[in-house]
Amino acid sequence: MAQPGQSVAAALASSLESVLRSRGSANRVFEILELLQVDEEDVILCAIRTCSRLFGALLERGDLFVGQLPEEETSLTDNYSAEDKYKIWMRHRYNSCVNCLVELMGHESFQVKELSLVTLMKFVELEGKYPLVKAEWKGSFSFPRELLKVSVVENLMPCEEDSSLLISRFQEYLEYDDIRYFVMKAVAENIGQLMQKTKEVPLPVYQQNVFSLISSISMPSQESEVVNFMVKQANQEEWKVSKLKVTLHLIIVFNVMFPPSQLPTGLYKKVLVILHDSILPHLNEPTLMIDFLTVAYDIGGAISLLALNGLFVLIHQHNLEYPDFYKKLYSLLDPSIYHVKYRARFFHLADLFLSSSHLPAYLVAAFIKRLSRLALTAPPQALLMVIPFICNLFRRHPACKVLVHKPGGSEDLSEDPYIMDEEEPSESRALESSLWELQTLQSHYHPDVAQAAAVVNQSLSELEDDVSELLELSAYELFDRELKKKATSVPLEFEQVRGLFGKKDDLFAEHFALE
Amino acid sequence: MGKPTKQRRKGQVADRAKGSSGAGTALVKNNPFEVKVNKQKFNILGRRTKHDVGLPGISRSKAVKKRTQTLLKEYKEREKSNVFKDKRFGEYNTKISPEEKMMKRFTLERQQNHEKKSIYNLNEDDELTHYGQSLADIEKLNDVIDSDSDTEERGILSAELTAAHFGGGGGLLRRKALTGEQDEEEEKPKSRKELIEELIAKSKQEKRERQTQRESALELTEKLDTNWKEIQTLLSHKTPKSERKVKEEEKPKPDEYDMIVRELGFEMKAQPSDRMKTEEELAKEEQERLQKLEADRLRRMHGKDEQENKKKPKHMSADDLADGFILDKDDRRLLSYKGGKLSVGNDEEEGGNEEEEGESEEESEGEPGGEDEEEAIVEEDDATDSPSDLESDMGSEEEVTANEEQKEKHKGNEERLQSEEEQNAKIEAARSELPYTFTVPESYEKLKSLLFGRIVEEQLVILERIQKCNHPSLAVGNKAKLEKLFGFLLEYIGELATVEPPELKTIDKLVLPLYSLCQMFPEAASNSVKLVLQDAAHDMQEMIEVKGRATFPGLDMLIYLKITAILFPTSDFWHPVVTPALVYMSQLLTKCQVMTLQDVVKGLFVCCLFLEYVSLSQRFIPELINFIVGILHLSIPQKRPHGYILVHPFRPAGKNSELLLVSDKKDMETWKKQNLPLSIVTRLKESSKTEMNHFRLSCLAVCLDLIKKCAALYESLSSFHEIMQPIRVLLTEHIPVSEYPEQLQELYQNALKELEDKGKHYTPLVCEKKKPVPLKLYMPKIVKVLEFGRKQGGSKEEQERKRLIHKHKREFKGAVREIRKDNQFLARMQLSEIMERDSDRKRKVKNLFNSLATQEGEWKAMKRKKFKN
Repeated sequence: MAQPGQSVAAALASSLESVLRSRGSANRVFEILELLQVDEEDVILCAIRTCSRLFGALLERGDLFVGQLPEEETSLTDNYSAEDKYKIWMRHRYNSCVNCLVELMGHESFQVKELSLVTLMKFVELEGKYPLVKAEWKGSFSFPRELLKVSVVENLMPCEEDSSLLISRFQEYLEYDDIRYFVMKAVAENIGQLMQKTKEVPLPVYQQNVFSLISSISMPSQESEVVNFMVKQANQEEWKVSKLKVTLHLIIVFNVMFPPSQLPTGLYKKVLVILHDSILPHLNEPTLMIDFLTVAYDIGGAISLLALNGLFVLIHQHNLEYPDFYKKLYSLLDPSIYHVKYRARFFHLADLFLSSSHLPAYLVAAFIKRLSRLALTAPPQALLMVIPFICNLFRRHPACKVLVHKPGGSEDLSEDPYIMDEEEPSESRALESSLWELQTLQSHYHPDVAQAAAVVNQSLSELEDDVSELLELSAYELFDRELKKKATSVPLEFEQVRGLFGKKDDLFAEHFALE
Repeated sequence: MGKPTKQRRKGQVADRAKGSSGAGTALVKNNPFEVKVNKQKFNILGRRTKHDVGLPGISRSKAVKKRTQTLLKEYKEREKSNVFKDKRFGEYNTKISPEEKMMKRFTLERQQNHEKKSIYNLNEDDELTHYGQSLADIEKLNDVIDSDSDTEERGILSAELTAAHFGGGGGLLRRKALTGEQDEEEEKPKSRKELIEELIAKSKQEKRERQTQRESALELTEKLDTNWKEIQTLLSHKTPKSERKVKEEEKPKPDEYDMIVRELGFEMKAQPSDRMKTEEELAKEEQERLQKLEADRLRRMHGKDEQENKKKPKHMSADDLADGFILDKDDRRLLSYKGGKLSVGNDEEEGGNEEEEGESEEESEGEPGGEDEEEAIVEEDDATDSPSDLESDMGSEEEVTANEEQKEKHKGNEERLQSEEEQNAKIEAARSELPYTFTVPESYEKLKSLLFGRIVEEQLVILERIQKCNHPSLAVGNKAKLEKLFGFLLEYIGELATVEPPELKTIDKLVLPLYSLCQMFPEAASNSVKLVLQDAAHDMQEMIEVKGRATFPGLDMLIYLKITAILFPTSDFWHPVVTPALVYMSQLLTKCQVMTLQDVVKGLFVCCLFLEYVSLSQRFIPELINFIVGILHLSIPQKRPHGYILVHPFRPAGKNSELLLVSDKKDMETWKKQNLPLSIVTRLKESSKTEMNHFRLSCLAVCLDLIKKCAALYESLSSFHEIMQPIRVLLTEHIPVSEYPEQLQELYQNALKELEDKGKHYTPLVCEKKKPVPLKLYMPKIVKVLEFGRKQGGSKEEQERKRLIHKHKREFKGAVREIRKDNQFLARMQLSEIMERDSDRKRKVKNLFNSLATQEGEWKAMKRKKFKN
């Protein structure tokens, strides 16, 4: 394999040289193009490199025909000059080479794919610099849109296979603002075409590809940063003004192509995770995302938790009015909030939503009661966060303090008045109840939790606790913290040991055998 | 200027006043013009005034005098560079008295002379003599002179002798002068040499005389002795006491009786010792000790005064660690325990345990114990409690009458005694076979090679001997070595738990040395257990980061957690080892996926651990309830979680969600309650399907029992019903009870009864009353005045600072004044010098003029004369 590979490489090098040296031996181009269609991977790679160098050089030299390309047959008969004929012919070769490369993008070998991608992007760059289309007017912006769209974007989003690897390679080109802009446009068009063609929801793989392409786009936060062009233009100033802000396209993407009902959960979560901070700020009209987010918010569970964030941005900055928002938020509270990964995020937002002093006391009391009821199933790291959280709520809404302090009604109740299953916070009778849950947590096995819960017994200090540090507390951190505490002395068990299960009334001896 | 100087000056002034005007002290005192009175505006009672009267004239003259002594001297010597130095010894040292000074000077001089002599004085090669004979000769002649002979005279130096030997010529001369006075006819001119010769001759003569005297005395005593002996025979029967004593002393051979008396005398007197304690007292003491420890534990459990608890807890006495004979005791206990182990068919009721245990102990010690006694001990007894009883307990739940109990107890004890003997023999064999000393293994591999492959008893004996041979009190490095041994032993146990099949019996026994080591070195033990925990938690964290989910750890980790509960008190509010262990266990129950039956068993094991950890402190564990709910969920056929919600590690539906579901009727029927063997954790695959089903049912049984225990434990919590709600829903609505075997149904009923029985009591919460903040009172601030006239207020430092500033200011002023006066004095001196010089010059000029005038006058007179003539 190595032998023919080397010989092929030598042959390619010689033909490349001869093509570039004299126009007489231009026919040797075919030798190169032929090799793009062989089976051996090495040979293909070699050929791609050669093509890249060859046409790169030709583009720079201006040896390719500029303008509307006539048919190959007609050009031969028509009265073009020999020079033009050569250029037209060469342009055709270039086109066929591009086609070959586009085909190779679907090759099974990643190396081939990658190299074709890189080569195509090089062509894109060179075409931008030495446009093959006649400038319609002076100063117009010439960019090989077609080439980019047809050759690159479409192949980055195949319907059948996952191309996330290739996309991650492509990410470096997305640093350039012009490329990003045109890619975005091309993606939108592509989706539109596809939707029209199939008239139904695209395949999950395709969705996955689109998402990974879009999520890899990182928007510049300031306009002044938009200076990084792949194709240097003479009139950059105008370009800045025209803004490379992505507009409607993305909304189309989200509303049309990701109808929430059909989106796979994993992808849905991913979209929502990045939504509020890498997509929303770059939309010209973020309010158009309302539909998408409200649908997501209504789904429930983790997706609702995630949609909350985007919704918050809309409510906060774009005057979105959301009916029964708090009721919805209330219904989101279930045992899983203490266990899911997005716990920190959720409580951060909940903290924001409940910080308003205009909330009615019954509502806050219902939240407090529900949170503490759910805390009976929470792990210690969540408890350490939620107890100060509840204390903060008490500080903000002193009317809720009846939950921990009810001096009048000293008679015993036979039932907790709070109704856990009630959807409506106002109906839950939370204010009639007391926080027996926190009292229970005072005998939690973790000393810190027990201490934190003991705070409700005393009157609270004025200053709010800082919950933000505790939001991210993980179980392992908690463990580590415990382990690093310095002990002055180590108390020992005084009951004499008599074996592994030898304690008095040993629970294990009842259930396990040492066999 | 400080007070003392002033005072001194005043005193001196007074002195001077006395001294200077011999008879005129009255003059000074009475001279009102010399005295300046400082007038006081107010007379303050109790204030001692220092400066009411001043003597300006006197003090000025004194200052002037002082300056003339110091400043003037300096001024006069200002242009002289050569300095006069007095190098005589101690010239300026006032501490030495003049006599001493003279003595020292003298000796110094002598020393100098002496050194010089040895070098330059050639005549002086004198040899040392004794009694006029050269010492060298004496040495050769080996004690010619009887040194005893002149004991009386030793130390007495006659004047003549000293004079002759040390006094030099002076003494002799003086003596001669004296003698000369006595006998005048003695010719005066007698040379020194002659004198010395005379002296020598004299002394020799004296000596000879003395010698002869002593010889005669000796002869006389001998004679007396012989005479006495003759008489003695006559007096032998009635020797006076004094005589006998002398005789006894003379006797070289001590009497036997005497020797015994002496010995007894020197022997340590028996201390008045504590009497042997009776059984009751011992029991009482033990009880008191345990009560104290229990009180200590309770205090820690409530997390009170954590800071106060600085002093080391004393968990000694029962196994006194200082003497290093811990294992002796352990062995004994071990025996009875093992005996119990081997005795089979020893069915007893749970309730009877404690009584039984008291009795068995007594019997094993070979002391017949009364019933009355043991009742006193029962409560706090921690002695031999054989787990075999517990194990065998589980088989039967039915009530057994007390009589039956007694009978069986006796039977069991007999068997126990027998097997005890066997065991004893075994251990003896092990003891005799093994070498007696062991060094502490330096590494884990060494320990392993030492222990691995031996039978359990041998391993125990080896460990015991290692501990005894290397007790910290025996050598310096032993402590560190044994501390390391704990870590190695822990590792060894971990390895025993991971081998296939796990050697759990060995671990069971190895816990004992581990416990005793832990009692010896709590710090090191806690550190090594913490290290194990840290590794495990770290591994789990890594697994979560890499894979996104964790799996239950191996059997070794579970054993470690169990050992932690054995070694450390789990009821503490905070404990350096137990709290991390609890957090780790919480992670196990919330993070680890339950995918196989082994996972279920491990999870249940951790649940049991949790319950055991909090059994005394009755602390609330949410994870435990969640896990039990999840496990119950695994056992229900139709997966619609209704009325309860599953949390993290469990999913409502999935491939592992029917892990505990048993559908085979036959297996249901054949199932009998059995203990879950721990080895199931490592080898489950070999078991048949029926066995698997049985395991499932056993797991369920454990789970139901745990629910019962939890319900009993958390009964007092205010939100007990909310906590137990999901479990109750599962039990009442979802579990297919009717299909389960009878035993399981019984368990189910028990658990449910425990859940339902509890009454609902909700008392509204009331905050602790806040202490009322006292109103601000506008009363004058009263400060204690300690000393009048002194500035009050400010802290101690501030006061000190002010005092120093004040002092500095005063000193500064005084110094400036002094300097000014010095300058004035100098200026005056210079002026007087100049005046003196001027007057000198004037006088000289005048003289010159005078002489010239006389010359002139003479010359004129001559001229006139001439002219006249």
